[in-house]
Amino acid sequence: MDDILLLEEVESYLRGEMTPEEKNLFERRRKNDAELDQLVVEHTYFLQGMETFGSIKTFKHSLTEVEAQLISEGLIGLTPLNGKAKIIFLWKKHKRNIAVAASIAGFISILASGILVTYTRKFGNENYRVLVDQLNKTNREVNKLKSKDAIENAGIEKPEVDFRATGFLIDGKGYLITNAHVISRMKNIYIENRKGDFYKAVALYSDKEVDLAILKITDTTFKAVGNLPFSIKKGNSELGEQFFTLGFPRNEIVYGEGYLSAESGSDGDSSAYQLNVSANPGNSGGPVINGKGEIIGIITAKDAKADGVVYAAKSRNILTLLDKLKKMDDQYQVIKTPNKTDLKKLDRVHQVKKMEEYVFMVVGN
Amino acid sequence: MNTLEQEQILLKGLAGNDKNSIESIYRENYGTIQTFVLNNNGSVDDARDIFQEAMIVLFEKAGMDSFTLNCQIKTYLYSICRRLWLKRLQQLGKFSTQVENLEDITPVETDVEEHEKRNDDFILMEQAMSKIGEPCKSLLDAYYLQKKNMQELAIEFGYTNADNAKTQKYKCLVRLKKIFFAQYKNA
Repeated sequence: MDDILLLEEVESYLRGEMTPEEKNLFERRRKNDAELDQLVVEHTYFLQGMETFGSIKTFKHSLTEVEAQLISEGLIGLTPLNGKAKIIFLWKKHKRNIAVAASIAGFISILASGILVTYTRKFGNENYRVLVDQLNKTNREVNKLKSKDAIENAGIEKPEVDFRATGFLIDGKGYLITNAHVISRMKNIYIENRKGDFYKAVALYSDKEVDLAILKITDTTFKAVGNLPFSIKKGNSELGEQFFTLGFPRNEIVYGEGYLSAESGSDGDSSAYQLNVSANPGNSGGPVINGKGEIIGIITAKDAKADGVVYAAKSRNILTLLDKLKKMDDQYQVIKTPNKTDLKKLDRVHQVKKMEEYVFMVVGN
Repeated sequence: MNTLEQEQILLKGLAGNDKNSIESIYRENYGTIQTFVLNNNGSVDDARDIFQEAMIVLFEKAGMDSFTLNCQIKTYLYSICRRLWLKRLQQLGKFSTQVENLEDITPVETDVEEHEKRNDDFILMEQAMSKIGEPCKSLLDAYYLQKKNMQELAIEFGYTNADNAKTQKYKCLVRLKKIFFAQYKNA
């Protein structure tokens, strides 16, 4: 307590808040008391440190905001004009006719929201449900109907698809993450963007244990995307951490939010988290993003009986998987995961707006 | 208005954390830096990092009372970036190929060194702040960085009165100092 009183005195002295008498007294004490003098010097230095720290932090914040804006304008991240490939944003906002058909499509896909395929994992929890959406005939018809809206198609012709889930870019060159159980159902894998363009993709690596897979878009029509605005969290996230998710439980991107409810997944699986969030067939493979713009997990499954109990693979598994892939084949050393987030200071709406450009439908047959 | 005056206004804006000034400096200069970094073994991400750091150097300088800039912002930023990038390459051991135009256009060595010292302090403070935990972190942040008064703090953090908030703030400060200076001695 004495320490605190003394500090209070020092601060009021440094700020010039003392009366002349107080000041006189204090300075006399300082002269005679080496320890007090030392404290004043030290505290001055420390407060200056705090001051600088604060102003640089604020300045960095402004820098990040300006940078984020220039990136979205395309001024930063463009390869300079020396003949190399021009990078465009795949998701460049497109004037799209959302015909009545599209809204019907959404409606029907809720009603008919897929037949669930039961899938028992290593844990043998009978209520463990993965979240791939198996499309039935109605969905497919609706899909067809919807695709007629697409004015120009950049990718390949629309394939017949039976399953739908979610995936997201971890490298703008066309590398994505989704769940292992998603691609294990598919003979042919396609990535569909929000414009309805399809790209052929292959699985480079898949790990059933952590239920993750790395995909690569193989179509040459796919244009690489600039810097990804989010990062992948290496460490564990804490109980209660809030997050949001993006995914395709229907033919349109759907936002969800929730909190981390347990640090392990089904049956104590330490490679996963338990989340409280709403998720449905089609959400599998979707990113779980915290407020700072770090990916903390990948949605994998939910408990069929318990309400709002959803499981997600921990984000560090992405990095482990990548390491394994790189060890296996040197050519994948080029994969570079994003390590800086531009989303930290944005509000949620803008975070989502930025994020949704990098989240795709993973479909296949 | 001549260029010099315009630049003075920009620098004043920069020192005052004015976004418009930051943005115009960015627009004016980022491209050159990116080209330089890309031409010298770097990526776009590297260019972004280096440019941000150079902006911080300029910000620190612009905030000093004794500040004078005896060349154009453009020249200064370019020199700083080159110096920073060269250092980075050397650290990575990548400095095998020749970096273009190695000689400085304007001498910035001392500025970069001073910046690095301040940056070390910045990192120490950041680490110390992250170690004290909540509510200390938010409390100190609100008082020393956002400059809120005790009454506001008492309300925001749910203390019964301003005196309570004050005591709490000092307790946190003592802790932060302890951690900061402990790291300082180790560093």
